[in-house]
Amino acid sequence: MFELSAEGKEFVKSELKRYETIESAIIPSLYRVQKENDGWVSDEAIAHLSQLMNIPEARINEVFHFYTMFNKKPVGKYHVQVCCNVACAMAGTREMTDEFLRHFEAEEGEMTRDKKFTFTRVECLGACDKAPMMQINDDYYEDLTTDSAVKLLKDLK
Amino acid sequence: MEIKLLTEHYQDDQYRTLPGYKAKGGYETLSKAFKMKPEEIVNEVKASGLRGRGGAGFPTGMKWSFLPNNGETRYLLCNADEGEPCTFKDRMMMERAPHQLIEGMIISAFAINSPKSYIYIRGEYVYAAKVVKKAIDEAYEAGFLGKNIMGTGFTHDMDIYLGAGAYICGEETGMISSLEGLKGQPKLKPPFPAVQGYLKKPTIVNNVETLAAVKYIIRDGAAAYKKYGSEKSPGTKLFSVAGDVNKPGNYELPLGYKMIDLINNECGGMKNGKKLKAVIPGGTSAPILNAAEVEKATLDYECLAQMGTMLGSGSIVIMDETRCMVDMLKVISHFYHHESCGQCTPCREGTGWLSKLVNGIFEGKAQLKDIDLLCEVANKMKGKTICALSDAAALPVLGIVPKFRDEFEFYIREGYSKIKGKSHGQMHH
Repeated sequence: MFELSAEGKEFVKSELKRYETIESAIIPSLYRVQKENDGWVSDEAIAHLSQLMNIPEARINEVFHFYTMFNKKPVGKYHVQVCCNVACAMAGTREMTDEFLRHFEAEEGEMTRDKKFTFTRVECLGACDKAPMMQINDDYYEDLTTDSAVKLLKDLK
Repeated sequence: MEIKLLTEHYQDDQYRTLPGYKAKGGYETLSKAFKMKPEEIVNEVKASGLRGRGGAGFPTGMKWSFLPNNGETRYLLCNADEGEPCTFKDRMMMERAPHQLIEGMIISAFAINSPKSYIYIRGEYVYAAKVVKKAIDEAYEAGFLGKNIMGTGFTHDMDIYLGAGAYICGEETGMISSLEGLKGQPKLKPPFPAVQGYLKKPTIVNNVETLAAVKYIIRDGAAAYKKYGSEKSPGTKLFSVAGDVNKPGNYELPLGYKMIDLINNECGGMKNGKKLKAVIPGGTSAPILNAAEVEKATLDYECLAQMGTMLGSGSIVIMDETRCMVDMLKVISHFYHHESCGQCTPCREGTGWLSKLVNGIFEGKAQLKDIDLLCEVANKMKGKTICALSDAAALPVLGIVPKFRDEFEFYIREGYSKIKGKSHGQMHH
């Protein structure tokens, strides 16, 4: 059974008081769960949050499923999100993603066998002057080339 | 030539800290504002002609004056859910000059008599959110936020709220839904947020750049601010330039600046000496301009509207002669299909059909008559939904297809891109 850490529970409790409505705490709480649950949110984590927050599961699920940044299944240690919107696509990120998938024998959106990577194509991340770019977990990596990006990924421990 | 008001100290690493900001005159404008009456500030903003810098271009002072005088708590929401593809001006401002935004917000909050504001930041901007939160904490510590600010009796609290990946939350009522802990679906207007917004209370939603500009309007006065730009589009504007130029980046320019000068001067011209083919001004929702139109375009609300497109968020994508327009439309249509919130049928179904029809060209399933069908679907999506996402999906189709129809016909007839050639083979996902 998933359960938040003591600090995690404290965090959720303080978020419940932080905004004008308790429902506003759903998004920050889902982020917290994701952080403590290897990057994704499971059904049992939703049930746990529901109890902790005293908000119906259906209500939390509604928010959970609307936003793309909440992962619905396990992701690798490094979630590699490659921007494939206009400016980055022009700079070759679609071909770059193909190369990632080939090089790391990965399927898009699925964890690699060693659970190290999940590669996802995403929409504009707002760093278009530095295209091609990608986001690995919370951090942006900009002005890439396919070679520099593959090397960067290979060097991740 | 760039006019640096909002971007003057972007290169100063200390400017994001309170001491660094104060060293450059930070929070002095707040003192000045507190010596004015709130309605004087509103009138100054009205007189400046400032228009919303997020995309819609609605006059800011007029928006503020829609607030009802019914004694209800008023909220100020800063729209930092910068999601319009190829826009990155607000992120840079939050990262480099967070106090400038905060000062502009406190002045604005004082003007509209609001005790509470939120900065709604898109979830992907983790770093920007950290910088802004730290700056808010500094402002509290220095007494610029909280109870009885600078002994004026004015109380204002400010917080950030992080989104979680939904373009639609950049729409003001979608943002309000999201902040309320709901799915980020837009609400029917009227009532407009100024009358009934966050928690059904009067709410003003302004873009990051708009609120920062308020500081400069109060610092220098409306008359000084209006010296920049054109009569109907006064002031400076941040432009995010991306694509096939030598120096992409953010540029602050007086409105009315020539688009071609931005490309050739500030941006250092076309990359690799290639020929200019087209420009998407104002974010991907804005209809495309071909090279001949770019020569004539000036960067202001009126000129671009007259040319059938829009200034929008101020993002500008430059495309050279090697760009295949069928491919570009495929990327754009996929985006809107992905981001439709699903609430209104014309948008939910229409964005799917647009994407499917364009993809059909790459899959070799399309017929020539599908080009007209594409435009027909787009036309039927306009003005029929709660928010503007449906129009935002339709407009790029209605810009790109008629202007580059030959490329669509060629692709359907020959099975490969007229621009990229046969060797390029099938395109990507």
